[in-house]
Amino acid sequence: MSLTDKDKAAVRAMWGKISKSADAIGADALGRMLVVYPQTKTYFSHWSDLSPNSAPVKNHGKNVMSGVALAVSKIDDLTSGLMALSEQHAFQLRVDPANFKILSHCILVVIASMFPKDFTPEAHVSMDKFFCGLSLALAEKYR
Amino acid sequence: MVEWTDFERATIQDIFSKMDYEVVGPAALSRCLIVYPWTQRYFGNFGNLYNAAAIMGNPMVAKHGTTILNSLERGVKNMDNIKETYAELSKLHSEKLRVDPDNFKLLSDCLTIVVAAQLGKAFTGEVQAAFQKFMAVVVSSLGRQYY
Repeated sequence: MSLTDKDKAAVRAMWGKISKSADAIGADALGRMLVVYPQTKTYFSHWSDLSPNSAPVKNHGKNVMSGVALAVSKIDDLTSGLMALSEQHAFQLRVDPANFKILSHCILVVIASMFPKDFTPEAHVSMDKFFCGLSLALAEKYR
Repeated sequence: MVEWTDFERATIQDIFSKMDYEVVGPAALSRCLIVYPWTQRYFGNFGNLYNAAAIMGNPMVAKHGTTILNSLERGVKNMDNIKETYAELSKLHSEKLRVDPDNFKLLSDCLTIVVAAQLGKAFTGEVQAAFQKFMAVVVSSLGRQYY
């Protein structure tokens, strides 16, 4: 299920519309992930406050979305583009890759809620494929 | 048996009472057929599903989407008895329709996205958690009669 030229164009177009709100999207997606999928909280026991809109959640939401921005810019070769992040997730963070799907879903839910008119089914399929590719690239160095 | 908090019960009743099934049903099903095209395998007799526009304009898709939402309403009205509510439908989907139960989750995810688009800011993390819990119970019940 690799990204076609049509998918890449759709992702770039969508990113163009939502990138200004990237920080807000990241904070919302991460915050709701911790609520909807409580098992994900296990990765953040070192944070003082796990509630949505807390400082650590907002800050980390920003980090996540800069990773997404990087992926958009490297959409023609996600594997090499995200190599450094993959190494970080594989050797240091050791996040179970099943969680990439969970956070991807939350990001898509937030985009749908914030940009209902733009998040058409066509945009949705391309974005879903993009996040699948991103997650795969992020898991590249795991084993 | 599934334990529902007052918040979860109220949230589910609220979401569905305000929902236009004839809008949300078709939107969710057509989105599923577009985002996960392999789901089209179950709708060979629905006619033109060749592209997104055709799917979104297809009257059989629209009708079936509404049917699905009406069926979900039964679960909403019987939250303490969802397993039994869907026992017949589970048998139907497994023995007659032969639907891979993974598809129930795909449709559920698309419905979540459609509801998020409708509710906007009101679709908070807590509301999403309640909605996804309800859908997970329905999906599980639909998958029970498979063997």
